[in-house]
Amino acid sequence: MEERTKKIREIAKRLLSEGRVDVVLGYRAGTVPLKNAPYFARTPEEAENFIWDSHGRINLANFLPQRQDRVAVVAKGCDARNIVNHIVENQIKRDQVYIIGVPCQGMIDPGLVYEREGRLIEEAIEADGRLIVKGQGFETTMERTEVLRQNCRSCAYRNPPLYDELVTDPVPEQEGLDPYEDIKEFLTRPNSERFDYFEKLIEPCIRCYACRDACPLCYCAVCFVDEHMPQWLGKSIDPRDKMTFHILRAFHCAGRCTDCGACEAACPMNIKVRQFTRRLEMDVKELYGYEAGLSPDIQPPLTVYRPDDPQDFIK
Amino acid sequence: MADMILKKSALADFIKSLSGSYKVFTPSREGQEVKFASNQGKVLLDFQNTLLSPKDFFFPQSERMFEYSTDPAAADAFILKDIATEPEPRLVFGIRPCDARAFVILDRIFKNDQYTDSYWFARREATTLIGLGCQNPCPTCFCLSVGGGPFSEEGLDVLACDLGETLLFKPLTEKGQQALDKAEGLAEADDKTSQEAARIKEQAEAAISSRISTDKIDEKTVMELYEAPHWEVVQERCLNCGVCTFVCPTCHCFDIQDEVAGKVGDRIRNWDTCMSWLFTQHGSGHNPRADKTSRVRQRFMHKFKYIPMKRGGDIGCVGCGRCIMLCPVNIDVRDVVRDMNA
Repeated sequence: MEERTKKIREIAKRLLSEGRVDVVLGYRAGTVPLKNAPYFARTPEEAENFIWDSHGRINLANFLPQRQDRVAVVAKGCDARNIVNHIVENQIKRDQVYIIGVPCQGMIDPGLVYEREGRLIEEAIEADGRLIVKGQGFETTMERTEVLRQNCRSCAYRNPPLYDELVTDPVPEQEGLDPYEDIKEFLTRPNSERFDYFEKLIEPCIRCYACRDACPLCYCAVCFVDEHMPQWLGKSIDPRDKMTFHILRAFHCAGRCTDCGACEAACPMNIKVRQFTRRLEMDVKELYGYEAGLSPDIQPPLTVYRPDDPQDFIK
Repeated sequence: MADMILKKSALADFIKSLSGSYKVFTPSREGQEVKFASNQGKVLLDFQNTLLSPKDFFFPQSERMFEYSTDPAAADAFILKDIATEPEPRLVFGIRPCDARAFVILDRIFKNDQYTDSYWFARREATTLIGLGCQNPCPTCFCLSVGGGPFSEEGLDVLACDLGETLLFKPLTEKGQQALDKAEGLAEADDKTSQEAARIKEQAEAAISSRISTDKIDEKTVMELYEAPHWEVVQERCLNCGVCTFVCPTCHCFDIQDEVAGKVGDRIRNWDTCMSWLFTQHGSGHNPRADKTSRVRQRFMHKFKYIPMKRGGDIGCVGCGRCIMLCPVNIDVRDVVRDMNA
């Protein structure tokens, strides 16, 4: 962690003092435990505030679409994949963005930490692969690997597939994992049970749209839920309106989602929003052999037509 | 009105004895979330605060206000009809003093010299609030800096204090006294017990480590604050999601919508948020808050400048810290106020 922090600061300072970029996007320490904050450094002095820890759950690629300046971004595997997405979808030019790649060891799920602790955590410290949490009258040490996010545990792209510079040597990729094991089991259940599952899942949703706003894919100038001439969706907490939002948002992400987990990181209600997108990613991978954001030279399958399309409904 | 005392072992019976007269809500834990629920066997006393603010007791996220027929053949087609609301008597046990103060702020907003929001007040009047003093404030709590405190009595009908083996109840209003009169298991408290509660209150106040200052905000003009450069820094990482406003006990903006299904229409008001561009979009297409900077600025200016200007200096924030805990990008209201007050 410390090595990565040091290197990020070093690179950011160099890029800014050489005038190579106008701004560097990274993380700085948060004011509450288990959280950090996106940070925009414009001077070499400001670059001293950058850190790298296990709380970089907000995807910094989210701040890129339609930027006019030259920008460097601190990017772990999934973030870099989203930068590739943005390049492919013409949201940013390749030569405008400098990718400071960070081989990633996974991010911590604060929900899991709280589940174990069950009381208010007032301080969290990371050292030697361990997380130490403190609160009123207690101090607990846990292994980082025990409280990693689910998407990080099944991540096959910890190293950025596209970068201008790496802050450390690549980390070994996790191999032989099946990220969709639970989904395959889920698909064996009857439809009604599956629908009930999703209804229950989004019951706590307050429609704050933090999942959408934290998602790098959701950059539409006007989101369908905000369309008002005509208005497509009701505004109340009616379960059907809530469900329509989540299902439609997920479908808009099909073949684009990198499973970065920013949606879940942003949700104040701790809803496992990724349950909506994972099935779609599995389908895209199985039907088209495609995973989003691996190369700026490959067009996403849902945006192209090929005469040799294996499905015959289109012929 | 005398202070009363209750053995904690009799708390379940105390709640039960009230449930004949009120629908009683108590704090409960569901997974990791603390929320108010009715018909709970066990009353949760060991908690910091509820995840969401309890404003929805009086201001539900979605509220049907009127209904109407859209059948052109009907005699009353498109005539709005009140939805009969006869709020049931409710009692909320365990509400935090910061959240009760938020209701007082909202009382003054939902009523002015011209209008009274009947939806808010009908439920307010039918509800009795038994507060629970806050003995273990969070590091993000700053109630003392905004006119409140962990044992603030404002907005409550009764204030309870946890003394370990017993609970001390201090009636504050006629409504609160009536509730205590109906309850079983109470005994009159002696002076020593009341003194012990006062000591606990002092301890709790000393435990609040987080402070902000707002004196210079009062001195600065609106335009000075409005044009300050720090908004550009805050807006950069702000996602413009609605988390801070939806979890906030004093945020109260809403949008009114008509929803029609078949031949029946409903007029519904729903929570809205100043973080959304749509909130201020005019019919003409003009938007007075077209950019993120103006939207994120609005929320802080509203609470720390506009409300104090209009309400004799009272700040529109109760320092509960929910927005600090839940903001996805760690925009900390204490930092923002520090910048405003610089």
